[in-house]
Amino acid sequence: MTQNKTYIQSYITIQNNEIVLNGTSVFKIEPTDFTDFSKQAYRNFDIQYPKFFKMDALSKLAFLGSELLLSPITSQEKEENKENNIALVLANKSSSLDTDVKYQESISDKENYFPSPAVFVYTLPNICLGEISIRHQLKSENSFFIFDAFNTEFLFNYSGILLNTNKADTVLCGWVEFFNDSYKAFLCTISKEENEKYKNENINTLYNK
Amino acid sequence: MIREVYIPETNCITPLGFDVPSNVEAILRGDSGIQLHNDIALMPASFYAAIISNEKINSAFEKISTDTKYSRLEKMMILALEPIIKNSGVELNSKTAFILSTTKGNITALKEDSEESFNNAHLDVLAKNVANFFGFKTQPIVVSNACVSGILAVSVAKRMIQSELYDNVFVVAGDEVSEFVLSGFNSFQAMSELPCKPYSKNRTGVSLGEATAAVLVSAEVRNAKIKVIGDSSINDANHISGPSRTGEGLFKSIQNALKEAQIDADKIDYISAHGTATPFNDEMEAIALNRLGLQNVPINSLKGFYGHTLGASGLLETVIAIESVNQNMLFESKGFDEIGVSELINVIEKNEERNIDYFLKTASGFGGCNTAVVFEKMKHELY
Repeated sequence: MTQNKTYIQSYITIQNNEIVLNGTSVFKIEPTDFTDFSKQAYRNFDIQYPKFFKMDALSKLAFLGSELLLSPITSQEKEENKENNIALVLANKSSSLDTDVKYQESISDKENYFPSPAVFVYTLPNICLGEISIRHQLKSENSFFIFDAFNTEFLFNYSGILLNTNKADTVLCGWVEFFNDSYKAFLCTISKEENEKYKNENINTLYNK
Repeated sequence: MIREVYIPETNCITPLGFDVPSNVEAILRGDSGIQLHNDIALMPASFYAAIISNEKINSAFEKISTDTKYSRLEKMMILALEPIIKNSGVELNSKTAFILSTTKGNITALKEDSEESFNNAHLDVLAKNVANFFGFKTQPIVVSNACVSGILAVSVAKRMIQSELYDNVFVVAGDEVSEFVLSGFNSFQAMSELPCKPYSKNRTGVSLGEATAAVLVSAEVRNAKIKVIGDSSINDANHISGPSRTGEGLFKSIQNALKEAQIDADKIDYISAHGTATPFNDEMEAIALNRLGLQNVPINSLKGFYGHTLGASGLLETVIAIESVNQNMLFESKGFDEIGVSELINVIEKNEERNIDYFLKTASGFGGCNTAVVFEKMKHELY
């Protein structure tokens, strides 16, 4: 297989009540819970998408990160009437366990048994890929992986395979971890387009920044 | 030149049998694993599902290990992998990867309120437990992409072999019937009151099932049972809990997979489809297949034999489809009677001898995901 070099185009980190885009803090508030943080971030960036409030925390986290990275690309493509081919490759440690635990609570007490389809649907980690695909109309490759820790080598290699086999023009890849109000998202866009900006850095150094 | 990719080893653990030959015999007889169950630990009312008996799992497992620390699902996965790792003779070194695919893994561990049990509900822990049994040297890769997981794992394995990261990839897929999943599908009113009837006029929903399946995906042509020649996984970008009305994601997945395989749609001899027997899924598949001109190709859903085994289904159905190819036999789509999708498709009503050079495996799931993989029969040339 021809292994063309791939380049990081942009990246975003969301943790500790702060959003950092390409190394610059773009949103930061006083310590609060994730529900509040995500709502304030949504308002701050003037996102018009009421479905956001129906999502579980993992989807909200992935949605916010992808919103700031993909909107500039997808809105430009819309203007130029071009079809995008942006693949989604995300991973985490806790899968959808934050919602799984909530769903389990809704069925464990037989006196108080209320399984809800609106909760059950979020007991799959790849639902956040569906949410991002719907928002940005990405009819593209998508897959969700689980590792005990951020496996940069695998994610970068796998994204490279999608780019080098022309299964995607750009890959949004990264880590979206959420459990019990503790969270970290690191997402980046990768493509074959040369970009000298992050020449001396890789996903790992950017993730740990 | 891109490397070619083969599957030399397959296995499955299901209510119909604990190896591939016994599963095929049961299918040829028309047996189904779906039965009526009354178990209030799983559901308040009686329900149809394809469940494997604990005694069978435990007695088979005792023959390969005396260790008692493994969960029921871990035992089922180890049982699926053990003979193929042994038979293949593949060394578990840095060029051998391990992929585990599942939707809910050890979700039953959440019922117990302890830190250890909670830890076991993590999919990376499940993968490590299975990997350590065999001594894989590489870090396990878990694919968790709803009901396409099992077939997506084959596609991920193929891609990693083509990129020359690995020479061999062992893939296991598995899911259990649990109170968690039963109550969830029931809350969606997606459960069938009778054994499921894919593509039928009288279909009313899914029957759930449990199984594990395992394959070896390899760059080595020796002992190959089938060749993997094209794949794609495209999202509908339409709805998180229902399929696209136009079958857009499935349509594009099949189109891309055929393009990579460099064959026209009319070369496909058989389709092993998803066919969950929900009204919307089956209808969506019929629409997507008609858009591709695949409406006359013999098609089946194996859900009538196994129920919907979630993350295991795509791999289990691939294992059985490979047998169809190598035994020149199309298997009936169990539960089918009268066609019940608005655009016609050619559902297999009776077992039938047929040469199959190319087949297509498809799956679709929550989150709008779809996967299509094209396989080619091995041509054993005479010297």
